Amino acid sequence: MPSALKRYRVHLAIFFGVFGPGFITAMVDNDAGGIYTYSQAGARWGYLPLWTLLPITILLIVSQEMCSRMGAVTGKGLSDLIREEFGLRITFGVMVVLVLANLTNLIADFAGIASSLELFHLSRYITVPLGAVTVWLLVVKGSYRSVEKIFLFACIVYIAYIISGILVRPNWKLAMVDSVRPVLIFDGEYITMVIAMVGTSIAPWMQFYQQSAVVEKGVTAKEIGESRIEVIFSCIMTSVIAFFIVVACAGAIYSVKPRDIQDAAEAAQGLRPFGQYATLLFAVGLFNASLFAACILPLSTSYSVCEGLGFESGVNKKFREAPIFYWLFTLLIVVGAGVILTPNFPLVKMILFSQVINGVLLPFVLIFMTLLINKRSLMKEWTNSRFYNVVAWGSVALMIGLTLALAAISIQDIRRGG
Amino acid sequence: MLFLTELLGLKVFDLKGRRIGVVKDAALVPLVDPVRIDRYLVGGGWTWLTVRHDQIRSISLDGIHLRDENLTPYHADEYMLRMARDLLDQQVIDAQGRKVVRVNDLTFEILHEPAGDVLWVLDVDIGLRSIFRRLMQGVLPPRWIRRLQGPIGPNSIRWEFCNILEPDPQRRLRLNMSNRLLEEMHPADLADIVEELSHEDREAIFENIDSEVAADTLTEIEPGIQASILESLETEKAADIVEEMAPDEAADVLAGLEEETSAEILQEMEHAPKSEVRELLEFDEDTAGGMMNTEYVALPNDATVADAMRVLKDHEELLETLNTLFLIDAEERLTGVVPLARLFLHGGATPLTTLATDTLIDTLVDEQQDRVTELFDKYNLLALPVVDQNRKLAGVITADDIISVLRQK
Repeated sequence: MPSALKRYRVHLAIFFGVFGPGFITAMVDNDAGGIYTYSQAGARWGYLPLWTLLPITILLIVSQEMCSRMGAVTGKGLSDLIREEFGLRITFGVMVVLVLANLTNLIADFAGIASSLELFHLSRYITVPLGAVTVWLLVVKGSYRSVEKIFLFACIVYIAYIISGILVRPNWKLAMVDSVRPVLIFDGEYITMVIAMVGTSIAPWMQFYQQSAVVEKGVTAKEIGESRIEVIFSCIMTSVIAFFIVVACAGAIYSVKPRDIQDAAEAAQGLRPFGQYATLLFAVGLFNASLFAACILPLSTSYSVCEGLGFESGVNKKFREAPIFYWLFTLLIVVGAGVILTPNFPLVKMILFSQVINGVLLPFVLIFMTLLINKRSLMKEWTNSRFYNVVAWGSVALMIGLTLALAAISIQDIRRGG
Repeated sequence: MLFLTELLGLKVFDLKGRRIGVVKDAALVPLVDPVRIDRYLVGGGWTWLTVRHDQIRSISLDGIHLRDENLTPYHADEYMLRMARDLLDQQVIDAQGRKVVRVNDLTFEILHEPAGDVLWVLDVDIGLRSIFRRLMQGVLPPRWIRRLQGPIGPNSIRWEFCNILEPDPQRRLRLNMSNRLLEEMHPADLADIVEELSHEDREAIFENIDSEVAADTLTEIEPGIQASILESLETEKAADIVEEMAPDEAADVLAGLEEETSAEILQEMEHAPKSEVRELLEFDEDTAGGMMNTEYVALPNDATVADAMRVLKDHEELLETLNTLFLIDAEERLTGVVPLARLFLHGGATPLTTLATDTLIDTLVDEQQDRVTELFDKYNLLALPVVDQNRKLAGVITADDIISVLRQK
């Protein structure tokens, strides 16, 4: 059927036209913090935590699809919409917390750059400043188009995890069974781990970034279908990579001797008995993910803040035209990288703290989103259907419960001295 | 001077000095007066009341005192532009600064007229100072806020340079909103602004501005957005705009649309530009044929400088960008290229053939884009004639086409 074939080809073309925002967001979701959480889960509990990935994927799809739909229909960023519908004071509050949350995430990512390259015997006092300068130049001096291309290419490097997962030769049968068999153990540490897995998977910056990226890409309401497919595909890919990280650590560390690991680089080292390549790939993956997130986070933060508060923004503007945008961007990188180079900086505490702030902010963001997407004046016929609303509010409630629990646990850990 | 953040929440007193309520919003009625606040909406008890501007005796930071207390209950009125509801936190276009800004606050001037005080809208406030005011509004007394904001530099836009965005066409009429400010801007600046707006606002602008301005602006907009704008417009309006565009630009835009939409627009277009656009649409976008336009001046081989001048007078609309004349023989085959500037150095009787360039550089309609840009670079061209298989002149590619191609890479 030539007409069916043609239609199929048209759809494919549209799909690649909208491809990018969701995929990049979902990939960056597996940043240094995420990789650590998945590694830890695998190293300590083996294949057991794999079942959480399915519900995580669904939650991720629901929240990201709402953002991309809002971006496509309104042509406005999330912080724009929050500002227009909820006023300046609320926007300001959200932005302050967002900056704090993203800064702590950024610190974790610079830590990821440092520790992954230390596996190659490179001193952090060289790699972190170099990484910071690279990030700055890449984003400020590159055009959006070329930057997006570089980002999409960086996504390919995530395949490193899949390969290192295979190299470890894990117990596939067990992995498959545990992926679909929920296991609840009433053990404080196990529950903490489950919550951490879900909690790190949906971060507030993602919604802001994805919606802006959809708008920047020029996706319109007509392309919602393709855009939705992109989101679903991307979220599944993210979970696939998370799956391989868990599996790699389960196969390499847990099966030898279950233990806690301190950071993601230690997980890479744990893969050493399975050959130089497994470690190498895991470390390269970690470095790539950290650098990638270190580009996106400050960029996304500066965009959201400037959009919401009405300052000029955009990498295509000159420094003089958008001073606040560039200063914020620069400051985030300088502080994020500077912290890592400060001797005796309580890094673990900082990462726990970042989970607390994420946990505090996310409920608000999700509630605002669900309220916004149900406004007929904004979304016209593309508001949530009743079924979707049930799922959305359910996810919101679940996410809120889990992140608050994670925040509470993190606070406890901080009190105990991290 | 009074800020909107101060006006909102200002106490309103009746003739005996009793407090009636506080100001909830203020509204202009642009059909009556585009700068004077016409009505104040006062909330106190269960309903909001409307205070007309001529019912007020005095306005100050201490409150509003009335001189006429026959107030009517507030009812929604389509002719009102409400400051807090319609402007605060929304985007407006700064026509002078040529950018999209978000309204943080408004500045009014208090005019002491004999009948009583009136407010005039002076500025739209953007930037840090007004953000500070918004955050402190209601937290600190207004006079403290005024003192504390001193060190922060002001940043505002004069009210007369603000273009408000209103997607609803009915309401635009009732609010007497013109597009004069946008139409007076350079199309390239307007294009940058349009790219930053939401789909709805883009559509509203293109529906309302003059077709010629719309065409010039659309040409400057990036291709993806061009297509979405044209598809959102009524076919008739879209056709009006495309008609005003240069044929090559029109063909490029239409090529970016879905086949069905572009066919509808072509159908709706007037005859003359339509056939040219249709011909251009036949060519592959990445070839010389897809890049060229058909607006050129060609003269017969035996023409003189005087003939050329006569023809140019008839094509005055082309002069702004024209830099080359073409010579053709009886079969319309290209025989020579004359740089326009050479005409000025020679008398009217001079045959154009003597002014033609020594080497004739041209290209075929199906030549690849890369090859064409190479020719421009190699021979430092401003314009390159495009010929078909029979060497008949088909069109011309100009340097600005090449710049767009290179920019898009």
